Amino acid sequence: MTRDNSESADLVIIGSGPAGLTAATEASSLGLSVLLLDEQEEPGGQIYRGIETAHPKTARLLGPDYQRGAALASAFRASASGYRPGASVWRVDADGTIAYSRDGQAHIVRGKRILVATGAQERPVPIPGWTLPGVMSAGGAQVLLKSAGVVPSGRIIVAGNGPLLLLIAQQLITAGANVAAILETTEFSDYLAAASSLPRAMQAGDYLAKGQRMRHDINAAGIPQYSGVSHLAASGDEKFKQISFESGGMRHTLSADTLLLHAGVVPNTQITRQLDCDHEWVADQRYWQPVLDSWGTTSCDTVAVAGDGGSIIGAEASAIAGRLAALDTARRLGIFNLAERDQRAAPLRGDLARHLAIRPLLDTLFRPDPAFCVPPDDETIVCRCEEVTAGDIRIAVREGAMGPNQLKVFTRCGMGPCQGRMCGLTVSEIIAASRGATLTETGYYRIRPPIKPLTLGELAALDDKFPTE
Amino acid sequence: MFRRLHDAAKIAIEFEGRILQVAPHETVAAALLADGAEHTRTTPVTGAPRAPYCMMGVCFDCLMEIDGIPNRQACMTRVQDGMKVRRQDGVRRLEP
Repeated sequence: MTRDNSESADLVIIGSGPAGLTAATEASSLGLSVLLLDEQEEPGGQIYRGIETAHPKTARLLGPDYQRGAALASAFRASASGYRPGASVWRVDADGTIAYSRDGQAHIVRGKRILVATGAQERPVPIPGWTLPGVMSAGGAQVLLKSAGVVPSGRIIVAGNGPLLLLIAQQLITAGANVAAILETTEFSDYLAAASSLPRAMQAGDYLAKGQRMRHDINAAGIPQYSGVSHLAASGDEKFKQISFESGGMRHTLSADTLLLHAGVVPNTQITRQLDCDHEWVADQRYWQPVLDSWGTTSCDTVAVAGDGGSIIGAEASAIAGRLAALDTARRLGIFNLAERDQRAAPLRGDLARHLAIRPLLDTLFRPDPAFCVPPDDETIVCRCEEVTAGDIRIAVREGAMGPNQLKVFTRCGMGPCQGRMCGLTVSEIIAASRGATLTETGYYRIRPPIKPLTLGELAALDDKFPTE
Repeated sequence: MFRRLHDAAKIAIEFEGRILQVAPHETVAAALLADGAEHTRTTPVTGAPRAPYCMMGVCFDCLMEIDGIPNRQACMTRVQDGMKVRRQDGVRRLEP
C-alpha cells in the first residue's frame, strides 16, 4: 500500500523567470493544473528580479526591457497556476517527483511533467584575486540594483566582455555611480569576425539599436575604455585595491574600490545534470547544454527545459520558449493533438526566429576569452570553495586524474558548498587542455542530490511523506 | 562599499552585535553590503576573507550564521525584523 499525501499537478515548473512565467500562464489557460516552484520570494527570475517591488525610480533607470517583466508577472498572478515562492528544489526524479524545502520544511510534489526553467548563471571569470572582497560579478551588482536599489559607492571598474557588461555599466552610470573604467577583452578583430552575421542580425534590429544606445551612453559619459584587454589580475591585501592588465601593448594598473567581472552567461544545468539527461558541448560559446527537441524535451521524456537553461537565447526568446513547452505539454497530456499544437505554435515560431537572429552576431562578437576558459596563471583559484588553483589541477592531471570526477579525489575540487557551479566549466576546460582531449571526452562533474543545502532535520521530517510499501 | 539610491522604511537586524536599520524585502547580503560590510565570512581552508560574489545563489560565498543556523546563503535569505546575523569564520564546529 502506498501512503502518499504529497501534492501533485499536471505540470510542475521550476523557476519564475520569463520562461517559467509564460509556461505557467499558458499551461493553466489550457486547463492543465500547474504548480510553479521558485527559489526567490517574488516572480521574475534574475532578469526581472524585484519587478513587483522595485522603487519606481529604479525601474525607470533599468529601462523598458526590465519593465516588460511586469506584464509577465501580472499575467502569471492572474492565472490559475499554483505558486510556491521561496521554494528551493533539491532533488528531481525522472518519474516526476520533486523534493524542495521552504521555510525550513521539506516537501514532495509530483508532476506528470516537469519543466525546468532555471535560466542561466554567469560564466566564472577566474583571474588572480577574483576571490577578494570588493570583487563581484557584474550580474551580482545588477541584482543588488534591481532587488535593493543598492549600487557600489566608490570607484568602480567593470571588466570582461558581453552585452550584460555594457548594460550594467550603462545602468550604473545612469544611477549616478562612479564607473571609473571599462576593460573589455573584445578586440577590433572580433568586430570584423562578427560583421558577417550582421545581415541576419538586421532581422532583430531593435537589439542592434539597444547595443548602439549602450555604447553611446557610455561614450557620452566620457569613461575611459580599454579594448583587447588581457592578463587581468586583481590585487589587494584583505580586500580589492587595484587591477592590472595589458591593453594596446602596455601594462596598466588602476586603483578602485569595486571590481565587477563578467564574461557572458551559460545555462544553469544543475537539475538536468542531476537527472543525468544527455548534454552536449557548444564549441563556439564554450558551455554545456542539455540536448533538447524543438519543444524543449530532454533525453528524459518527462522533463523539458525552456529558456536560457537550455541554450542562451535571452529573455524575450525565453518567454516564447516557455509557451512552446506548455503547448507540447498540453498535447502530451491529451488536451489537443499534434496538428493543433503545431497550429498554435506557428506564430510563436516566427517570433522566436526573429529574436534568435541576433545570436550569431552576439556569439561571435562576445566569444568567451580563452584566458577566462583556461586560466594561464597557476596561482589562480579555480574552485572558490575548496581553494584549489589552476596549478593544483594541472598537477593532479599529470599525476593521473583523467576527468573532473577523479579530480575530486585528488584535490577536493568541486566538493564544496557550491557543488561545482563556480568551477565546473573551468575544470573541464583545464583538464581537456592539459590532456589534449576534447571537452566531450573529458566530460563534466556527476551532479548528485541534494543539489541545494538541506539540513538533516528537514530530511528527517520528510520521512513519513515518502511513499512506503 | 555600497550605497542605497533611495530611502525606504526600515526594520532592525543585528549584525555581529550591532543594530542595523535595513530595508524590508531586501536580502541579508544586500543589507550588509549597503551598510558597509566588507567581508561576510572567512574560508575553512585558508581563513581568507570573502564577500558575496554572485548575489543569485550560485557561488555560496555569502554563507553566514543567521539566527543561530550556520551555512545559510545570505543572498537568498530575506531580512526579518530582529534577525541576528553573524560572520561565518573558518570551519564549522559541531556542538556537543
